[in-house]
Parts: sequence; structure tokens; C-alpha cells
Amino acid sequence: MLPRYELVYETYGQLNADKSNAILICHALSGNHHVAGHYEEDPKSTGWWDNMVGPGKPVDTDKFFVIGLNNLGGCHGSTGPSSINPDTGKPYGASFPVVTVEDWVESQARLADQLGIKQFAAVMGGSLGGMQALQWSLSFPERVRHVLVIAAAPHLTAENIAFNDVARSAILTDPDFNGGNFYQHGVVPKRGLRLARMLGHITYLSDDAMADKFGRSLRSGKLGYTYDIEFEIESYLRYQGDKFAAYFDANTYLLMTKALDYFDPARDFDGDLDKAFARAQADFLVVSFTTDWRFAPERSREIVRPLLHNKRNVSYAEITSTHGHDSFLMPHAHYFEVMRTYLDKVADEGAKP
Amino acid sequence: MSPNDISKLAIARPDFAAIASWIPEGSSVLDLGCGDGSLLRYLAETRGVQGYGVEISDINIVSCIANGVNVIQDDLDSGLEDFETDSFDFVMLSQTLQAIRHTEPLIQEILRVGREGIVSFPNFGYWKSRLNVLLGNMPVSKELPYQWYDTPNVHLCTLDDFEGFCRKHKVAVLERRVMTGGSEVNLLPNLLGSTAVYRFQRGL
Repeated sequence: MLPRYELVYETYGQLNADKSNAILICHALSGNHHVAGHYEEDPKSTGWWDNMVGPGKPVDTDKFFVIGLNNLGGCHGSTGPSSINPDTGKPYGASFPVVTVEDWVESQARLADQLGIKQFAAVMGGSLGGMQALQWSLSFPERVRHVLVIAAAPHLTAENIAFNDVARSAILTDPDFNGGNFYQHGVVPKRGLRLARMLGHITYLSDDAMADKFGRSLRSGKLGYTYDIEFEIESYLRYQGDKFAAYFDANTYLLMTKALDYFDPARDFDGDLDKAFARAQADFLVVSFTTDWRFAPERSREIVRPLLHNKRNVSYAEITSTHGHDSFLMPHAHYFEVMRTYLDKVADEGAKP
Repeated sequence: MSPNDISKLAIARPDFAAIASWIPEGSSVLDLGCGDGSLLRYLAETRGVQGYGVEISDINIVSCIANGVNVIQDDLDSGLEDFETDSFDFVMLSQTLQAIRHTEPLIQEILRVGREGIVSFPNFGYWKSRLNVLLGNMPVSKELPYQWYDTPNVHLCTLDDFEGFCRKHKVAVLERRVMTGGSEVNLLPNLLGSTAVYRFQRGL
């Protein structure tokens, strides 16, 4: 139980007079509140979904008031395991409670209360962000008009959980992890984080995308018969791993993957998603990508099906893309056209009575 | 859609008006191969229907969304497994039957999911088509606007063919509307009609 918490958020565009044009963007595993644009002092600080969100972009900030936040338990400014526990004067570390997608949505609703937003025009996100958007339609059916669920699934499969567990094991078994209280020891479980990210990254790409980008290319042009980096793919993965381990909090990574594992709206309904979605009222757009094998199109169909069975308004687009799970972050003409067209309709309709 | 647009659409697509006349206010409909969603939009605005379209083409998905129509991107030849039995008043297949690969299972699926089915298709028995073939060429017309080498149509049929299919597969035809250029055809429909619309249900 947390006595208090802070959430860091950014907003883009103008909230209209009746506060009906707000869109909440939920982030995925390693995302944060900095969705779009860049900071004045740092031109390289481009937001993680800058190609999607901004003036004249599919999520048009000339029309919508867009909110990005760092989820509770994150490591980009919101209260998380690396924050100081006011009771002890030390970082929470291992004592930070496990949070769930439901908790996040609850805390996001409190943020909406603070901003005076009674109902979102839309809540949207990709991957784990899409799961939060889905949960919005279940936790607060009357507070969201449209839910955009991109490259997501209604719950993880055994294979998905297995990948998460390997990633967590890498962190948990790093000698520098110190049971989660590494902050006091002045160390960071970088080796574990790095491995976790390398593994994660493989699941975000497609076989084709990797083959196209790296193939069997060698860094030095010839085989060295050593255990050093030889293939370009090795170099790329290690670079990504090192970059990530330098800024991301290991406890946050553990917590985010747990939230993914636990997400299952059908849990209280004997596994019946039709019953779980009976209380949803929003209109839905569900989008998947052909080469995404982490949350394949069939997983998105599992979201569409209960919505059809409950006669909800839903559209589903399956985007032909080569970039695997990462496709949802990539610029893609047809994908953007689907998003833009849908959100233009949302902007036109205004608030439902 | 303004009333003007609706009347224009009714003239451009006479099968739309025929279909709308069969559909009671507030029905639930599933439109298979819904194209740009204009039929569903037409029915939503003239009949207040609630429904979904199923469509395979990327461009049409965007058009359906722009038309404010629910659309599910899917290949009809993979069946209708996402839809529950008896979950729609009407399942429609407008100008799509001829492009379906697995015709028999799809008609069975239409009758599983819908209380009634509605199918419209170009009549290959229309005299102009017959004349074309007689003169030695595959027909190209407003209803069949393709060359033989680029057509998506794999199962063209005549009215007699379709009715024979229905008898063989225990499909009960409830009503039929045959048209040429927007006018209804009653005389020698298999020869003089260019487009046909059928309403049917499961036979005994």
C-alpha cells in the first residue's frame, strides 16, 4: 500500500470549453509521459510516438487535447521503486507494491479528475498500452467514448509469460540486484537488465525484419572464431541492451512485466471474455500487424470477437507490415490513414449526449 | 449523407433500394464484402440498422471508417467463425457472390449467422452477356467491368443456376427482384435482367 504517489504527465493541444476533446495515451513496457515533440533545450529528445501525435498528425493536437503520463511504478518521474519512501527516507526498492493494469487505469482516472475531464474522447495505446485502453472500457465504461487498441491481446499466453519470466530471471539472478534494494549498494543490475532487453527486443522484431536489416552480415567482414561480437545482429542487440540498462530501472521492468502477466479481464468471468466485455460501452478500433508474433493478429481477433458478440461498435484493421510487434511505433501510410480517418470521425462527432 | 446523396445512391445502385425495402427499421445486418460501406451507411440512414461490414481490401477499410460504418478486415473464404449463430436479422452478400471461392460453405455460414440471407449478383444469363459469348468474347459491362485476365470473379452464374443451387442446398427463396439499369424486369428475367437480388432463409 502506497501512502501517496505522484504522476508525471505532459499535455499537447488545448482542452476545449466542455472538456470533451481529451485523448489519453497509455504507454507500453518501456514508454513514458514524453509522447510527442521535443524539449526546447534538447532537439534530440523526440517523444516516443511523435510520428503519430502532433499538429496535423493522425492524433491531431490541433483538434484534441492529448495527455501522456508515466505510469505508477515507472522510472521517468512518477512514483516508482526508485523513488524515496517518505517513511524511511530510502528508495522503495523491493517494498514497492506490484501494480496491475487496473491500478494504472484507476490512477489515470484520478489524473483525469484533477484535470476536470469527466469523459475522454478516446483512450489509446499499443501493446501493454492497448491493454490499459481496453481496461478503461471495463473500469470506467461511461468515461471513455472511443478505445483504440493497437497490437495488443486480451491476456498473455503461456509463451508470452515465459518470455517475461526469462527476462525477470535475468534481472533477479544478477548479483547486483540485491533483492531489489540495489540503490543502497550504489550498484545497478545492468547485466540482468541488458539481457532482459535483448530478449525483449528479439520478440519485438520479425524474422523478416531482422533478415532484411542484418541478415548474416559480419562486423569485420570475416569469421573470427571467437566469442566476441561477430554478427551485426549481435552488435545491434548488445547496443540496445546497453542503452536500455543505462537508464531504465530494474524494479520497474519487473513490475511492468508482472502487470502484463496478470492482465486478464476474463479472470472474474470464468475465462469468458464475452461476459467480461458485457459492461463496455465505448466504440472500438482494434489494429494488428501481420508480422507481429508477440501479439499476432489472431490475438487482436480475440479482442474483436467479444465486442461483436456484445454488439459493440467495433472496427478491425489488419495492417500488412514487415516490422513485427514494433510496427505500431513505425510510420506506415495505411496504418496512419486508418488512425487518422477514425480519429477525424471522433473529432467530428464531439461529445455524446 | 444528405437526402440528395441518398437518392443519388439509390439511382446508382438500384439493388440498394431493393435491399432496403426488405429490411425493417432497426434490424441488425452483417454485410459481407461491404466495399466502401455505402450500403451499410445507406441502411443505417434510411432504416436505422445496426451492423457490421466484412471487407478484405485496405482501401475499403479506410472508406468504411470514413463512412462511419463498423468494418472487420477479413477474408470471407475463411468463414464467419467470429460471428455467433442467429446473431443477425440479415446477412447480405451484395455483388460479391461471384468473387467467392468457397461458395457452398459461405451460403451455409450466411444461414447459420443470419435469420435471413440477401444476395445480389450480376446475371451472367443477361442477353448482352450471352451475345458477347456468342460473338466470341467474354462480356465486359457496368456489372462486369473486368477483363477475363484481371477479374476477381471466379463463380459467375445465371438466375437459373442460382435457383438450382438453392433447391439443391435446401435454401428457401423468399423473394426475388430482377433489374436492368434501375428498372424492374418481370418478363424473361434470366434473359432480360442484368442484376438480381434474392432474399432467402433455411429451407426445410
